Parts: sequence; C-alpha cells; structure tokens
Amino acid sequence: MMGRPMYGVGLLQGLRVTLRNMTRRSVTAHYPDVQPDLPPRSRGVIALQEENCTSCMLCARECPSWCIIIDSHKETIPATTEGGRDRSLNVLDRFDIDYSICMYCSICIEVCPFDALHWSPEFAYAEGDIVDLTHDMNRLREWMWTVPAPQALDPGAEVPKEIAAYEAAQSSPEIPGMAE
Amino acid sequence: MSDLLDIVLRCVIVVGAFMTLPLLVGQMEHKAMAHMQSRVGPMKAGAFHGWAQLVADGVKFAQKESIIPAAADNAVFRLAPAVALVPYLVAMVAIPLGPFFGQTDLIGQDLDLGLFFVLAAMSVGVLGSLMGGLGSGNKYSYIGGMRVAAQLMSYELPMVLAAASVAMAAGTLSLVGIANAWEPWWLLAQLPGLIVFFTAGLAELQRPPFDAPMADAELVMGPLTEYGGMRFAMFLLSEYAGIVVLAALTSVLFLGGWAGPWSDQVGWIWSLLKIVVVSFLVIWARVAYPRLREDQVNALAWKVLVPLALLQVTLTTFLVVL
Repeated sequence: MMGRPMYGVGLLQGLRVTLRNMTRRSVTAHYPDVQPDLPPRSRGVIALQEENCTSCMLCARECPSWCIIIDSHKETIPATTEGGRDRSLNVLDRFDIDYSICMYCSICIEVCPFDALHWSPEFAYAEGDIVDLTHDMNRLREWMWTVPAPQALDPGAEVPKEIAAYEAAQSSPEIPGMAE
Repeated sequence: MSDLLDIVLRCVIVVGAFMTLPLLVGQMEHKAMAHMQSRVGPMKAGAFHGWAQLVADGVKFAQKESIIPAAADNAVFRLAPAVALVPYLVAMVAIPLGPFFGQTDLIGQDLDLGLFFVLAAMSVGVLGSLMGGLGSGNKYSYIGGMRVAAQLMSYELPMVLAAASVAMAAGTLSLVGIANAWEPWWLLAQLPGLIVFFTAGLAELQRPPFDAPMADAELVMGPLTEYGGMRFAMFLLSEYAGIVVLAALTSVLFLGGWAGPWSDQVGWIWSLLKIVVVSFLVIWARVAYPRLREDQVNALAWKVLVPLALLQVTLTTFLVVL
C-alpha cells in the first residue's frame, strides 16, 4: 500500500478540478454573435482563380468524390508572324464544385499546377436546397476575394525555392548551355 | 378570522417557496454545472444570461401531448408524478426558516414530530419514481424501478440513523426545537452524521453520483422513460424540490438552521443562504463524480454509511449521557 494516495483524495481532487474550472473563463465560442477567429489555411470553401485555370482536368480527375465538373473548348489564336504556327488555347466553359459531396480533402488544391484553386476560410454558405450547393465558376471566382494572403514564413525558415532560383540566376551571369 | 388569515398566509408562503426555490436551484444547476465544465449554459432565454430558461422549458412541457403507453398500468402511471411531487410540498410545510424580522418562526406548521414527518414525506416521494418504473410497462423502466426500490431500502436506514443522532443530542423531534438547541461544536461532534445524512439524501433523491436508477447510458431514463410533457415536468420539478427539502433539512439538523449574526431579525436569510450552499454542494457532487455502479451503490450504503451512522449514534449517546 506504500505510495498509494490516501483513501478519498480522489474525491477531493474531483471537487477541486471542477471548482477551479468554474472560476476560469469558459471556452464557449459565441458563434452567431461573435465571428470565429479562424486560423489561416482553414478549409472553408474552395475559390477558383479562373484566369489561372488551363482546363487541364487534373483536379477533376484526382477528386476522390468526383465533385468537380469541368467543360472547356479549344480556341485557335492565329499565328502572329508570317509562316508561324497557330496557337491553341483551352477556354473554360464550366467549372462546378458540388459542395454536397465535396469532402474538403484539399487534393484538388494540392494538385493544381497553376495555383488556380485556393482555400478561403468562409464557411457560411448553407442552402435550403441541396441543388444550390453546387457553386458555378462565377460564384467560385467571387470566393477569391475572401482568400487571405499566404501565411508568413517562420523566422529562420528556408528561402522559398522560387526566390532561391531567382537569386541563383542573378548571381551567375550566364546560364550554362545557353551560350551557344 | 385572524387565525384563518394566518393559515392562508402561511399556505401561500409555502406554495410560493415551493414554486420558486426549486426553479432557482434548477437555474443554478444549469449555470454552475456549465461553468464547471467550461461552458456558459443557457444564454438566450430571457436575454440576460438565460435567466428564463426554466420558464421556457415549462412552457414547452405544457404544450406537449400527454401520452400513455398501451402496456402501461393506466392509473398507476398517471398517479406517479403526483406521488413524486406532492410529498415535497407537504414536507416543506414543516420545515422552519427561522425568525422573520422579529416575528415568530417562518414555518408552515411547527410539528412536535417535525423531523419524523419530513423524513416520512421524503420517503413517500421516492415511491413516485418506483410507481413510474413499475407502471410504465417498459423493461427499462422496470429495471430502473427495481433499482429505485433497492436504493430506497439501502439508504433509508443510514439517513434515519444520522437524523436520530441529532434528535437525540437535541432531545426533541421538533425541527424548530432541534435548530434552537443547536450549538456550534455540534459541527464537529455530528460531522460523520452530516456526511452520512447528506450522502444518503443524495442517494434518496437519485441524484448523481447515485443516479443508477436513471443511468441514461444503460436504462434510457429509468422510471421516467415513458414520461413526457407535464408529467415529466412534474418528475423534474420533484427532483429539484427534493434538493431544496434535503438542503433545508441538512441545514436545520446539522448547520444550525438560522443560527448566525442578528438571527432574531434576519434568521430566515441565514436559512436560505445555507439552503443555497447545500444545494450547490448537491450540484457540485453531480459534476465532480461519475455514477456509481449498482453494486457499489448498495455496498456504500451497507458497508460504509450504516456503520458510520451507528458509530455516530453511539458517540451522541455518550455525549448526551455525559
């Protein structure tokens, strides 16, 4: 029995913990009255930077719940120089995300090669009809205005690779292989 | 004529206390329990910190349909809530609150057998949930009813023994007499009795941690499973009225009732204050402790509380004889 606390100590501890809790501020979030203070990168709603989208379909194909629908058509830009080749360009006709089946896994945002998809912390888009949970590209574009600026890097973090590459290019006057 | 007026006035006061004090305790439970769990509790009803939550609950209960299960024993089922609630009203008649601005004791009726009367009434109150359990025609209710019966058998004895110890020390069964005879050193001499009485009272009221008859994880809601609307509200009210009666009885028997500075003027305030403190203890125990298993409930009564109460009675006997 050595080392075991005295009989009944646990009972007093229970009383002490609950009383201490009562003297402290509650942790309740008073949501409708007070807006929540969400951390950056909160997964509220997916915003579409339509101008960046090349209709590559990567997001639609990676989506585990198949909630992204993309339609596009090809337009031809005539060659600007004599004897040049015509350029073809994908133009987005339709980009829908059905939030009634989206599972907020963030794979589409990770996979997008052109940073056309972003998380916005907005979460209050409940609807009376499930059909209205499908946001079209105009609505998804509007969410872009609510996307916060990227989170600042931690102090002492590695230099981002874009900046590292730029600085490397500045320091070496010639890029090897380009001289010929 | 003035006698009649006196009686009517006392009745009005008792009924008024019966309608308000349990609600105050209920509201205190809502808020104190919430803050002990780092929540805020009701905030909307009544605009200021949800003060009208229980009024809103009452309105909701009153609107609900009264349902009697086909398998229920009709008469018993309908009578049970009244049997649970009315005894506490009856008990309140005999509980003194002390001097009221120089007037005589604030009490419905001073009985020579007041202690006996109140304890008897409290036991009848428990029969209400027993009737509800056996009359509902539901197996969960039935098991809950059996647990109520077991709990009633176990805890009646230590409660009465602890109360008897105080009655012996005071030499009277009148609650006013006991409170007048109370002396501060009884706090120490009657401490085991106080603990036994309070714990047994909790069990009698089926308050957590002694809510094995309700045990919502195993028995849905025990004897109250089939109840809804006003009948359920009456059971709920009887629970809080029971807390008030237990708190009042504890303070009269063990805490000196209205003893305190200027008690001949504001004795009733001291009484109410002690009732609130003891009610808070009841709520505190609910938040702090998990539910006892059915065998633990009975083991605690027979192996701890009854011996403790007997020791207390023996001790009091010695003190009285000396």
